Amino acid sequence: MDFLKVSNITMQFGGLFAVEDVSFHVDRGEIVSLIGPNGAGKTTVFNMLTGVYQITSGTMEFEGHKLEGKTPQEIVGLGISRTFQNLRLFPKMRVIENVLVGTHIRTKYNFFDGLFRSKAFRKEEAEKTVRAIEILESIGLEKYINSYVESLPYGEQRKVEIARAIATDAKLLLLDEPAAGMNPSESEELLHFIRSLKDKGFTVLMIEHDMNVVMNISDRIYVLDHGKLIAHGLPGEIANDKRVIEAYLGGERKHAKNR
Amino acid sequence: MDKVREKIKTKGLLFNIEHFFDRYKVIISVVFAVVALSVPFIGLSRATMRLLVMIGLYSMLGMGLNLLVGYTGQVSLGHAGFYAIGAYVCALLQVDAGVNFWLALLIGGIVSGFVGFLLGLPTLRLSGTYLSIVTLGFCEVVQMILKQWESVTYGNYGVRNIPKPELFGFTFNQQNGGFYIIILVLAVLTALGCHFIKNSKTGRAFIAIKEDELAATMMGIKTSRYKILAFVLSAFITGIAGGFYSVINNGYIEPTNFTFNISILIMSVVIVGGLGTIRGMVFGATILMLFPEVFRFLNEWRFVIYGVLLVLMMQFRPQGALGWQSTLPYRLSKETKKLLEKKKAAAEDASRTK
Repeated sequence: MDFLKVSNITMQFGGLFAVEDVSFHVDRGEIVSLIGPNGAGKTTVFNMLTGVYQITSGTMEFEGHKLEGKTPQEIVGLGISRTFQNLRLFPKMRVIENVLVGTHIRTKYNFFDGLFRSKAFRKEEAEKTVRAIEILESIGLEKYINSYVESLPYGEQRKVEIARAIATDAKLLLLDEPAAGMNPSESEELLHFIRSLKDKGFTVLMIEHDMNVVMNISDRIYVLDHGKLIAHGLPGEIANDKRVIEAYLGGERKHAKNR
Repeated sequence: MDKVREKIKTKGLLFNIEHFFDRYKVIISVVFAVVALSVPFIGLSRATMRLLVMIGLYSMLGMGLNLLVGYTGQVSLGHAGFYAIGAYVCALLQVDAGVNFWLALLIGGIVSGFVGFLLGLPTLRLSGTYLSIVTLGFCEVVQMILKQWESVTYGNYGVRNIPKPELFGFTFNQQNGGFYIIILVLAVLTALGCHFIKNSKTGRAFIAIKEDELAATMMGIKTSRYKILAFVLSAFITGIAGGFYSVINNGYIEPTNFTFNISILIMSVVIVGGLGTIRGMVFGATILMLFPEVFRFLNEWRFVIYGVLLVLMMQFRPQGALGWQSTLPYRLSKETKKLLEKKKAAAEDASRTK
């Protein structure tokens, strides 16, 4: 049984194939990167995996559970959680409250427990709060626990988003450009953090443009261009792959022909 | 004095005010309770007592609407409809079926909550302005039903001879401060309820939906369920407030007591006081109820000034008079602190044995 196995998935919007016949797999404990030029369909793949879009065709399996046709909430319940390319935090809530929203799906007490402050509420709320604090400490955000998200620097907000995703007790984290907008020292720090996630047993599938990050931590890399998978392999192989270089920089021959 | 000034400089005035209230909250609560409970016995005029009752009533209405608008961000212009349903169910059950006031009040709230559930269903598909228009339509539909369904609602004639509430032989009325006591208890209970809801997973889900619905969905929050729950809770509270209103209005209610203007008034309480806060609802209700009384000498002009004030408010303080974010640290419960200490001790032990 594969951890995450995606077979021949296609996403069609009208006449446009945003993602076409893409297959890949992620094994438990791996860090896999999904790269490609802008508009290649990387984020669309994330949206398909997390149930934002209902896929046109193909199959997706996570730990033996089918993902297609499931709601985003059910998919989070299975243990897949994501971050967003353009931050989607809850800006007027505190950092710790954002992370507590992440624990929502694993919080069992019901509405009346909360309303009447029952024993179950107090016990579980304490556990989740402590868990949220631990996650924030592990990602180096302990001094911002009480702050409101909107007051945080951009790089720190990205970390809050990762913390929130972890709080759902996800086994597979989908990180959409985690290093975007970070300066070199921040992205270096992030690199260490993502590596530490792997040591803690998380599996990471990530979209990233920062090649320093991608090449340094990926176990394997998939390259997407115009909705199609054009290459996959180890970081070293990808860095020297002609088709990949062509996709990113444009090929010489093609150019000549057009003229 | 210098010390105080220094403190204010480093942490900000707001922090110090909040810190003061937080530190002495027990004493402040006791003082509030003593003052609030002694009000009926210090010989205030009838008009003043009535004003206090109205402030309590609109605080409660504000808190009800705030659950919906302030937390989940769904704007309803139809709360006069829920208010009317609560009032009519409560009044008719008493007048025509002889049901006891307290039971009728509760049933009114439940019926209103159920209608809230039905009205909440379209919110799954609508948001923003479209939703507001639907709720506005709802308000008008209720108004029409009250006027036309004469065999049940008595139409424009209104429901008359609504009895005064009684409990263990004590009759609550305006003169003996009974109305005041009832609304005080109802408003305090509502405030506590809202506070507890806000600081639980339910409240966080509500606010998350307001802040970013897609992100909330991706965190596994069943957004449709929570949006409807907010509608139901809000309608329930508003219905209870309506039931209370039916008995304090000189024993009769008529459809014109529940026009669209009332929806706007409740919305104004929420906006003036501060969206998403409970303190703001009490403040907003106080301002809006006091205003027409204090400026009575201006006659019709007071409404012009009222309008201008609202416009200025929107321009210069859109978050509402008391709509600030708390500057205090996140409150950790006793249980949380205990658990944190336990974990810390365990971690220290572990590192020592290494």
